[in-house]
Amino acid sequence: MTKHFFGDSTVLLGRSLRHIMRSPDTIITTTIMPIAFMLLFVYVFGGAIHTGTGSYVNYLLPGILLITIASGISYTAFRLFLDMKSGIFERFQSMPIARSAVLWAHVLTSLAANLISLVVVVLVALLMGFRSGAGVLAWLAIAGILILFTLTLTWIAVIPGLSAKSVDGASAFSYPLIFLPFISSAFVPTQTMPGPVRAFADNQPVTSIVNTVRDLFTQQPVGTDIWVALAWCLGILIVAYAFAMAAYRRKIA
Amino acid sequence: MTTQAVSGPAIRVQGLEKSYKQLHVLRGVDFEVTRGSIFALLGSNGAGKTTVVRILSTLLKSDAGTASVHGFDVATQAPQVRQSISLTGQFAAVDEILTGRENLVLVARLRHLKEPRAIADDLLDRFSLTDAAARKVSTYSGGMRRRLDIAMSLIGNPPVIFLDEPTTGLDPQARVEVWQAVKKLAGQGTTVLLTTQYLDEAEQLADRIAILNEGRIIVNGTLAELKQLLPPAKVEYIEKQPTLEDVFFAIVGDNGNDGTGNEDAGNDDPGNDRSVGATSRDQ
Repeated sequence: MTKHFFGDSTVLLGRSLRHIMRSPDTIITTTIMPIAFMLLFVYVFGGAIHTGTGSYVNYLLPGILLITIASGISYTAFRLFLDMKSGIFERFQSMPIARSAVLWAHVLTSLAANLISLVVVVLVALLMGFRSGAGVLAWLAIAGILILFTLTLTWIAVIPGLSAKSVDGASAFSYPLIFLPFISSAFVPTQTMPGPVRAFADNQPVTSIVNTVRDLFTQQPVGTDIWVALAWCLGILIVAYAFAMAAYRRKIA
Repeated sequence: MTTQAVSGPAIRVQGLEKSYKQLHVLRGVDFEVTRGSIFALLGSNGAGKTTVVRILSTLLKSDAGTASVHGFDVATQAPQVRQSISLTGQFAAVDEILTGRENLVLVARLRHLKEPRAIADDLLDRFSLTDAAARKVSTYSGGMRRRLDIAMSLIGNPPVIFLDEPTTGLDPQARVEVWQAVKKLAGQGTTVLLTTQYLDEAEQLADRIAILNEGRIIVNGTLAELKQLLPPAKVEYIEKQPTLEDVFFAIVGDNGNDGTGNEDAGNDDPGNDRSVGATSRDQ
């Protein structure tokens, strides 16, 4: 059956992408919160925040991009949950298809939807004065890190998507992920934070990812941050994937 | 479509057991379904009907016993089983955001068939959905949704079809529409395993009926055979006529214990009469 994996995934991906095209509100609600944060922090708090660098929107954008992804994956869980609940997931699983294609189509859809949201947020940031001299390679590296981060959070989202009992349960898990960037270097440099908070902020995944993306945007050397960021993403990805597969096996023999 | 033709019954279930933690849903289920027939699994809610269907459609593993569909073992030859079956679950499993036609094309593509659009158009026509083909399924009525659901199950002409409570929640007219669709199916040689909690549905459709109760098949036979298990209505009425003793107690008005016993016996009669009456009316 694996010979059909790519064909089946493509067909199912086409189905989910149609869902997104027919309900563009999911993109709007995904991007509205990060854009609101960006407006709030740049135009209200931004004047009082001293980052030691030039424009605050330049400083802020990497963290906002991560919030966009964290906000977007609640729809990943939501779409999967609806498929589980409507019985169409079981219909697909009882058909002669590559069974894993059903999950992978959701994962790829999550990637596509989040990339659209990220482009929207970057365009708004450009309107707000965001500028970067980053070259093509740096942009590709940023895209690569954001895609990896999206994949990681998507596999986390698959777990509640498969096992939640209610719609609220399926999407509520993303709230802590949205607020994680607040206790990181995303909004203010961690140096101003009191000891224990700073210790947490310096050593949680978001800080290393934000610093890497920020360095790439500002054409600074990324140092060891990029390796720490990649290690966090891959590590969490593997654990989340294992838990998602366990949840999947509990649902489907 | 199917990888090989297999002789023997279309479905064979032997000693099937399944527990969810402490709850023994299936306690040794045995039955066979002849090729091209309609087999009804009758039982109340929670009797284990859906569990049987989920095991047969490779969505669930049994704890003990064996089951084969179209000659393929559900545990060891799951891909071949999936090639031979189609599942119509308890709730119409259709994509609400896609149109009716898109739903059919989707399933045809997933079954790797050529000309998915032609297949979709043909089924839309057969199930009187052509006018609604370009509409989102979320605008469909319950009956239309079920018809689309069943149409999706027919794509690729699988030799065995599972219908899990196909008419639950439908209005009477939609039920009749679904019944006609199922009869037409069996007429073309498809084996249908149907679960239902409606006695009249089993009576209308099924060649054989099995009653699943507390995880076991307690009765299995044709409608005529099942009817023979019940004594004829008249005999029962005469047998249960109150004895002189009953009359005596009823007139005298006895103490609580004897009184309730007699009242129970008295209540059985009209109950039986009613069910027999309903049966004959349906015929």
